[in-house]
Amino acid sequence: MAESYRRSQWSNGLFILPYLSVFIVLLVFPLFWGAWLSLHKVDLFGPGRFVGLGNYARVLADPVFLQALRNSIVFVLVSVPSLVVLGLFLALALNKTTRTTSFLRGLFFSSSVLSVTIVTLIWRFVFIPGDGLLAVISEQFGVQPVNFLSTSGWSLFSVGVATVWWCIGLPMMLFLAALQQIPNDLYEAAALDNASPWRVLKRVTLPSIARTIMLVTIIQIVMQFQLFGQAQLMTNGGPNGTSRPLVMYIYEVGFVRWDVGKAAAASEFLFLIILVAAMAQYVVSSRKSEASE
Amino acid sequence: MSMDQTTYRPEALTGNRTLLTIAIILSIVMMAPVAWLVGLSIKDNKELMLGTESVFELPYTLANYVNILYSSQVFGWFFNSLVVAIGQTAGVLILASLAGYAFARLEFPFRRTIFVIVLFGLAVPEQAVIIARHQMFNWFGLHNSYLGLMLPGLSSAFGVFLMTQFFKAIPKEIDEAALLDNASTLRIFWKVLLPLTLPAQATLGIFTFLHAWNDYWWPLISATRKEMFTLTIGIASSQTNFAQSEGLGFLSAQAVFASLPVLIVYVIFQRHIVTAVSGGAVK
Repeated sequence: MAESYRRSQWSNGLFILPYLSVFIVLLVFPLFWGAWLSLHKVDLFGPGRFVGLGNYARVLADPVFLQALRNSIVFVLVSVPSLVVLGLFLALALNKTTRTTSFLRGLFFSSSVLSVTIVTLIWRFVFIPGDGLLAVISEQFGVQPVNFLSTSGWSLFSVGVATVWWCIGLPMMLFLAALQQIPNDLYEAAALDNASPWRVLKRVTLPSIARTIMLVTIIQIVMQFQLFGQAQLMTNGGPNGTSRPLVMYIYEVGFVRWDVGKAAAASEFLFLIILVAAMAQYVVSSRKSEASE
Repeated sequence: MSMDQTTYRPEALTGNRTLLTIAIILSIVMMAPVAWLVGLSIKDNKELMLGTESVFELPYTLANYVNILYSSQVFGWFFNSLVVAIGQTAGVLILASLAGYAFARLEFPFRRTIFVIVLFGLAVPEQAVIIARHQMFNWFGLHNSYLGLMLPGLSSAFGVFLMTQFFKAIPKEIDEAALLDNASTLRIFWKVLLPLTLPAQATLGIFTFLHAWNDYWWPLISATRKEMFTLTIGIASSQTNFAQSEGLGFLSAQAVFASLPVLIVYVIFQRHIVTAVSGGAVK
């Protein structure tokens, strides 16, 4: 009986068989099938003909794709630093265990458990012209607010505000965990030097959590490149596609216009972006284990 | 900051009063939109049509919540979400426990290679496989079915990864003791180790449940018939034309109603959720 614990046996593999079959059928196969589709002209009515890199060429020549790619990059460039800075700030402010801080931590994290549908509904009720919370407040001051959701430039910004509101819990929690790992003697040494709080932050705190800052940044890049629901529900990509992100482009090409091959090609671009970020995350994570060994 | 402290706790530097005050102000800003939503939900729809400033004035009513009881649609969606989320959670727990145990404790051919490939699966975004998955589910007629809504979530490698870590954390001596009693591999898994992973099961279970309950992307594509919508998709569909049809108050009440289960789960299991979400992000 004990043999199966000491020797490598095929029968032991039975334990992973259920998951492995699901993994192969629902993840590995679709990954390759998607790549195959991206090389074919396919529509709703069955398999098409081989077109080589034709779909990729069509995607790259599509101004709508280029605009969506640009939107996604701009969105990542604005939302990720906001999330990192705000998350770090909240972690620093709440890094003391009292009843107030635990309550506030719980509160700042609570929005993360809501679904995108609820989050966008809440924010549409803030931004809608005339009846929204913002409009009602500005009327008190006699100001007429911009129509945030349908003014180009502002629409993507509004989506960003809702996103930061939705996602702020995770960066905060990760930073809090990192702050608690900083050894106390570092602070004691700083205290002996009579260092100012600002100096301690710069010389002790930030360098000690540098790896976490990097990790949080990469995680957020991966997450925010996958922006979809907020944009679709709040602005529907408008006006004139100025808030349409990459994933929404894939959705529209694949499931509204049913140009399956082209959508598959576009999703390979997204896959590539995420893959590069995931590798960066792996490199950063493994650097820590080297350091600790 | 006072310098007369004998021990210089890190909190003294980071958790100071000014920062805390700003955090409290931020928390009020953060909660204002939620308060607004709740306010809208307890106002009469006709009154809101005349102007939403009336949220700040009496009278309030629970009529919108009562109306949910009469809207079979919302309840149907609620039921669908429940079936899909519970089914997916059960599936993930079973698959991930079996696989996690094997990866952590047993030897079999290609164990390392398979584990690395599974880990690679963590890097695959759902959007990259969505086109192919949609076609496959079409071949098997799985769209607009509970099974079709549940299945994709089972392929997530996160659960396997998490359970492997948990099984590894259990001291090996426990298996050894059971081996002396001539227990079989299956018995050690089922009777000895599995009960020890209950906290882990709770963490992974709650995480999976929330994830399934909130999922938007797959149900949007797979559930096209209104009676197969999950709550997330259903509310999104009534949201798109809220101005004309049901009224702000009723829509707000639906949103509050839809968030209640996750918020209750969150309040009870906050610690588990934070562990799971942070663990999932860092991998």
